[in-house]
Amino acid sequence: MAPVKVFGSAMSTNVVRVLVCLEEVGAEYEVVNIDFQAKEHKSPEHVARNPFGQIPAFQDGDLFLFESRAIAKYVARKHKSADADLLREGNLNEAAMVDVWTEVEAHQYNPAISPIVYECLVNPAMKGLPTNQKVVDESLDKLKKVLEVYEARLSKTKYLAGDFVSFADLNHFPYTYYFMATPHALVFDSYPHVKVWWESLMSRPSVKKLSANMPTSWP
Amino acid sequence: MAPMKLYGATMSWNVTKCAVALEEAGAEYEIVPINFSTGEHKSPEHLARNPFGQVPALQDGDLYVFESRAICKYACRKNKPELLKEGDLKEAAIVDVWLEVEAHQYSPALTPILFEVLVKPMLGGTCDKKVVEENLEKLKMVLAVYEARLSKCKYLAGDSISLADLNHVSMTLCLFATPHASVLDGYPHVKAWWAGLMERPSVQKVAALMKPSA
Repeated sequence: MAPVKVFGSAMSTNVVRVLVCLEEVGAEYEVVNIDFQAKEHKSPEHVARNPFGQIPAFQDGDLFLFESRAIAKYVARKHKSADADLLREGNLNEAAMVDVWTEVEAHQYNPAISPIVYECLVNPAMKGLPTNQKVVDESLDKLKKVLEVYEARLSKTKYLAGDFVSFADLNHFPYTYYFMATPHALVFDSYPHVKVWWESLMSRPSVKKLSANMPTSWP
Repeated sequence: MAPMKLYGATMSWNVTKCAVALEEAGAEYEIVPINFSTGEHKSPEHLARNPFGQVPALQDGDLYVFESRAICKYACRKNKPELLKEGDLKEAAIVDVWLEVEAHQYSPALTPILFEVLVKPMLGGTCDKKVVEENLEKLKMVLAVYEARLSKCKYLAGDSISLADLNHVSMTLCLFATPHASVLDGYPHVKAWWAGLMERPSVQKVAALMKPSA
């Protein structure tokens, strides 16, 4: 069985969203880099894989997929086992909780945390742009309100969807990892249950392995 | 078995997104309005259903679900799983792709248009035409991708309807309440797909719910 292919940079947050699921389920994969500087993401070859000209894209035999969460779910479903049931689709209530907190990451957490990552890391390092402090401050205010909800939740359950690690928790890894490299990492110290949850995610072998390829400073 | 309760107002396209899924799934449900003007969405009762103080929220027995797309999936999984195709690895993946496209491509282009034209005036603000124009351009780029897709298959995930198609209904109904619905005219396969969705009894029922009462 040929390893699946993930198209995109192994440093990119949305590519890592897929890679962390591949690692968790122990699937064989290769990362095929897409060169943004050379506008490879807009090439006809890549647009055939992802009509929005974005990364990641994915290939498993003759199946082509795009949108990181859709790819990651396919991986989770395909390799589901007793040790790795990230979606819990066999249990109506558990699956609902996985979906709820996956949506929360996408629509509450990510919109608050990603502008901070872009302003503090990506814009200065990759685009030569200065940090827009107003955007950072507004995003930090939003993030704190979101983290209050997470603190309340994680005071009741070990992980977001329940007492089991799931797809919902893993989706938080890429952007939070980069957030921890910004000057604002200490925000998490005010939310002790969130901090414990984050540290337990960081201690997972899959996360440790991928972190090694995700630089937190650039020359 | 008590009907499910869907909390929120039918003016909210996120609430009606769930109503479409519940109707198509054949679920028994009732809509329980939440009064934003009295701050009901921030009441302890409602925060227990949705800790972000937003709508919709769904109650099914002692299970509370929030985030509209999670609610829609729950309704389908429980009452009509063929709308998710979770039994087939490839088909389920393609449904997921187009569910994500709705959430991360279609909705981000359409929401600002709906907000400027429909919501802002109700809040005492004025429509920012520049925002509308910029997002109409973004929407056209998204619609070009949909046009290519729907030239190849009848529905987004293949030849049968799925939740991916249904999740577009409530916002697209709102687009028709703005002067900008003609943006679809440039995309004939998208228009035909939409016309097909409009014929469905579930969609007509929700469209009627969304009309302001006389």
